[in-house]
Amino acid sequence: MGSLVNYIYILSGALFILSLKWMNSPVTARRGIFAGEAGMLMAVGGTLIGHHGNWEWILAALLIGTAVGVPIAYIMPMTAVPQRTAMSHACGALAAALVGTAEYYQRQPHASTELVGFTMVALVIETLLGFLTFTGSLMAMGKLQEILPSRPLVYKNQNAINFVLFAIAIGLGVRVILVPTDTWIFPIFAGLSLVFGVLLLLPIGGADMPTVIALLNSYAGLSACAMGFALDNKLLIIAGALDGSSGLILSIIMCKAMNRSFANVLFGAFGQIQPAKAKTEQRPVRSASAEEAASILEAASSVIIVPGYGLAVAQAQHKIRDLFDTLMKRGIDVKFAIHPVAGRMPGHMNVLLAEADIPYDRLIGMDDINGEFPQCDVALVIGANDVTNPGARTDKSSPIFGMPILDVDKARTVMVIKRSMNPGFAGIDNDLYYMDKTLMLFGDAKAFVSEILKELPAAVRA
Amino acid sequence: MSSNLEIGLYVFMLATFVGLEVIRRVSPLLHTPLMSLTNAISAISVVGAILIISNDEATTMSKVLGFVAITAATTNIVSGFLITDRMLKMFKRREVKK
Repeated sequence: MGSLVNYIYILSGALFILSLKWMNSPVTARRGIFAGEAGMLMAVGGTLIGHHGNWEWILAALLIGTAVGVPIAYIMPMTAVPQRTAMSHACGALAAALVGTAEYYQRQPHASTELVGFTMVALVIETLLGFLTFTGSLMAMGKLQEILPSRPLVYKNQNAINFVLFAIAIGLGVRVILVPTDTWIFPIFAGLSLVFGVLLLLPIGGADMPTVIALLNSYAGLSACAMGFALDNKLLIIAGALDGSSGLILSIIMCKAMNRSFANVLFGAFGQIQPAKAKTEQRPVRSASAEEAASILEAASSVIIVPGYGLAVAQAQHKIRDLFDTLMKRGIDVKFAIHPVAGRMPGHMNVLLAEADIPYDRLIGMDDINGEFPQCDVALVIGANDVTNPGARTDKSSPIFGMPILDVDKARTVMVIKRSMNPGFAGIDNDLYYMDKTLMLFGDAKAFVSEILKELPAAVRA
Repeated sequence: MSSNLEIGLYVFMLATFVGLEVIRRVSPLLHTPLMSLTNAISAISVVGAILIISNDEATTMSKVLGFVAITAATTNIVSGFLITDRMLKMFKRREVKK
């Protein structure tokens, strides 16, 4: 029986790899999900064949989990996807941490033979990462849902305090590894890991969320991977390593897209770098009405729309789809320029625009679209700020200096839909707004796009 | 003769490299669905939870912890796969060219 289960695990591992491989294109991606589902069914089924003691507990938990999971998947609005992702990082990490804890106490009576050397190291890594990812992800979720303030929370000696705390947690972890029989240390170690997860997320602001969510994804995977080592289960190692490397790659991509290092994201507290700028002189901006904006769009032959987090907040994606349709019908070429860190998680904008039925071949990544801005008649910026700031290219004193940006300022005309002149999340003024060719369209993104749409048919009749 | 640890490390090393190569090719268009898919896959820790709970020596404490762990992981598996599917259904190419 034991060997049959192992063969099932091998197949299941192969299916997981295929599942991720098929994610490389939207054409095959759904096949990827089926592979993943099949792999997971086989893994759970195979495990149950070999181990069905206390089955009533297992069955009850599986049923409750399913009953909770199904409504979450169908009710959750697409705008809440970052929060849901943070929540599921928390759930996954909690599961790993609890298994680690249970295992420690269960094997404790046989500590001298079973909790030796590497098994104990794996258990400690599993619970440390599990617990800190659990509270860290809950914090991320709270910030994304705006239950908690989404600004970075900083205090004096923050990094020093975090470092000392982390060092103590590691020290206790090492102590547990060396003397597994001292059970009283374990709860303190677990508690410190939980606290550390909270502290780690306090200084993280909204602009850093894409990187941090990807990093938490990686931790949750590595925690499952450590569980694989503790239980000597290769399938857990494979699936955990796949998840770990996925999170790692995504966070590296996010870091590169912001020209920042991991250390800078985690300890830099973006947005707090320049407290109360001295130069807040009022510079003149040109603003325009919906009518004027409509006639400029009307006259254009190519338009690039630059969406940002503000679009998600205003829930304007369906209105933008209407605008897209109206303009395309008039033979105007409309594309969307997607910055890798636009929104609150990797790929956030793509999902929102796809939800509104905008064809994905119109969603163009930063490197591919930047060459098109100089030939484009109108760049329409909706709810994006820092990713369009030309200061990132030239202003060495800017906190975002060196960050790759969308070359919106090279378009013939720039229109920016924005609520007010308040600076964006990072608190940095954007030179784009003061350029001669820039028109500011003040208002709520959804309402303003509706206004433009109302003007468009009228313009055609005239 | 390799120990279980050595085999485990080999598996980890190879799986990490496979993961890095495979994920690198995923279109940025699909980064959000990718993350929810890997989330569902990493809920493989449900297997560990089942192993803990089904053990003959399982204490009440490990049963309770295992129970919570299975519930949390199953929630992730079910909602992860379903929401990824829901997202991917939305990604469409242009239907009719005009």
